[in-house]
Amino acid sequence: MIRRMAPVQPFDLSRHLSRDEERHGAHPDDAYLKAGRIPHIWCAGCGLGVVLNAFIHAMKEQALSPDQVSVVSGIGCSGRAAGYLNMDTYHTTHGRAVPFATGLSLARPDLRVTVFSGDGDLFAIGGNHLIHAARRNVDVKVICVNNFNYGMTGGQCAPTTPIEAKTSTTPYGNVEYPFNLVGLAAAAGAVYVARWTTFHIRFLVESMAQSLRKRGFTFIEVLAPCPTGYNRPNKLGLGLDTMKLYRENSEIRHGCEPQDAELDIRKRIVVGRFVDVDKPTFGEEYLNMVERKARAV
Amino acid sequence: MAGNNRAVLTGEHFLNGDEASAEGALAAGCTFFAGYPITPATEVAERMSRRLPALGGMYIQMEDEIASMAALLGASWGGAKAMTSTSGPGFSLMMENIGLGMMMETPCVVVNIMRAGPSTGLPTLVGQADVMQARWGSHGDYGVIAVSPASPQEMFELTITAFNLSERYRQPVFILSDEIVGHMYEKVVIPPADRIEVWPRRKVSRDPSCYVPFLAEEDLVSPMACAGEGYRVHVTGLTHDEMGYPVITDVAQERLVRRLVDKIRKNARNIIRVESRLLEDADTVVVAYGCVSRSAREAVEQARSKGIKVGMLRLITLWPFPSEHIRCLSEKVRTFIVPEINFGQMAYEVERCAGNRAQTVLLGMMGGTMHRPDEILDVIEEFAR
Repeated sequence: MIRRMAPVQPFDLSRHLSRDEERHGAHPDDAYLKAGRIPHIWCAGCGLGVVLNAFIHAMKEQALSPDQVSVVSGIGCSGRAAGYLNMDTYHTTHGRAVPFATGLSLARPDLRVTVFSGDGDLFAIGGNHLIHAARRNVDVKVICVNNFNYGMTGGQCAPTTPIEAKTSTTPYGNVEYPFNLVGLAAAAGAVYVARWTTFHIRFLVESMAQSLRKRGFTFIEVLAPCPTGYNRPNKLGLGLDTMKLYRENSEIRHGCEPQDAELDIRKRIVVGRFVDVDKPTFGEEYLNMVERKARAV
Repeated sequence: MAGNNRAVLTGEHFLNGDEASAEGALAAGCTFFAGYPITPATEVAERMSRRLPALGGMYIQMEDEIASMAALLGASWGGAKAMTSTSGPGFSLMMENIGLGMMMETPCVVVNIMRAGPSTGLPTLVGQADVMQARWGSHGDYGVIAVSPASPQEMFELTITAFNLSERYRQPVFILSDEIVGHMYEKVVIPPADRIEVWPRRKVSRDPSCYVPFLAEEDLVSPMACAGEGYRVHVTGLTHDEMGYPVITDVAQERLVRRLVDKIRKNARNIIRVESRLLEDADTVVVAYGCVSRSAREAVEQARSKGIKVGMLRLITLWPFPSEHIRCLSEKVRTFIVPEINFGQMAYEVERCAGNRAQTVLLGMMGGTMHRPDEILDVIEEFAR
């Protein structure tokens, strides 16, 4: 075979040392963001920036340097969060952030390994991995941004889409029952379970800080507006209109049974810290039981 | 074995191929194993679950093979040498994250003890039909390294080789074994630790401020900054530039994916290994690998005793394919005979490289058993001059 391949253009490092990098550092949170990566790709009114910002503040509150934390994400709009953070970040395949994070956390138990991903990624294609990671109690912190649809692919139905809601693949209304994410995570064995919205920013930062402090599998669901994908077909208005719904319909009920934590953004949204228990992690049990016995043989 | 906490069990052992592969991994410095039970590869996982904890390593049984492969990549980025073992159905599930491993340039080793497919197929009986899947199984273009052991001793040795190649070229490396070699018990000699060559991870020595994570060195591979080492690297399965950041353009695609293909293609001479037997005067050559090469060797010896000028080329490396070896041989031999347990996979490669200069004869079978020496001998006698 005679091969005639397209030309390869050489890499130009100077293009990376651009105007953005010169301005980097002007904002107090820039130390947590990679130089030259902002502006982000998210739509106006999207809640993802709020969640990312809350995570940075939680790290600050816990006095964690970026070298003590690693973020793993899956695919989708929320999957892009990893690429903006100034730390070791891994943008994996669709649904596989949790098992990737499991391997990373077991190899480096000193790192705070956090999964930052969406409802479709974590509960549809990645659902099996999530429940098993919770069951094992691996030391992985999951932040699940729930916007009730697949945003990046253009607003399709997700396992969180409410009954009757319209999406680009449920034009006549959704007939599938949605998952209750906090109920599922708690039933699978998560040691910390909370739900907040992007309106509850201070509670969210507090919960993220608590989960970063905790050993084991933690789960935080954050409701976030998706004005482009979900709001438009469901006539929910702009991002600000969703924030108003969050304010009007949310009810803080710490300690509520996660299975009973109602979620209907037009009527009642139960938020709060639902589960906060302590039990040994997979890694700790492995060290204390398996390794000890194996060495004694 | 109980009570032996050493990574390298120097001495003579009676092991099956699966167990020997596990010992090879430990000798190569493997400290992380994630897997899912599957016949006929389970003995690798069982051996690792018993041996790793005492050595300070970590064994985890994941919920499926997709998760196993993902955990391997995570552990490798955490600095561990990582391995999994599986068979056809699991290998199919791993393909997604094998592609991620290629794109993220993540060293790790995948052992595939081949059984007959498709689908669930023959769970406890031999096959060799995953050879092309190993080459092309995950979507997109990338270079592949796969080795094919023919004995428990080679399962030990080539597992070490696989780890070394995965660290040198920074990608998942496959051990394409088969049920017969995996379950066969033979003597395995494990040398002293200081006689085993183990290649380390290519570490970064630069200052983090001027580190470009995917800027390749002369051999088209870049050193690897793992998690928590202070380099703050972004690693993605998206097409990315040398900084590691996603760049969704044809220019970035050409530069990255061309390098992923070229790093194996251009280093092929340093990777490929074959075993040549009686080729000097041969006009017929049997090309075989894995368990079938054992029958082929016997058939070639029987044919020689009958005065037939036949030789054998045993493929130790399946990918990259030893194209130059076949091309050179095709200048002087008339026939290649390729016995394999499939409907022709390596035979296509042999035919491609032989061109019109020599004919290629496939001796195929669909699996469940391997070729007997007399079956190969019959074909040698039919086609030899």
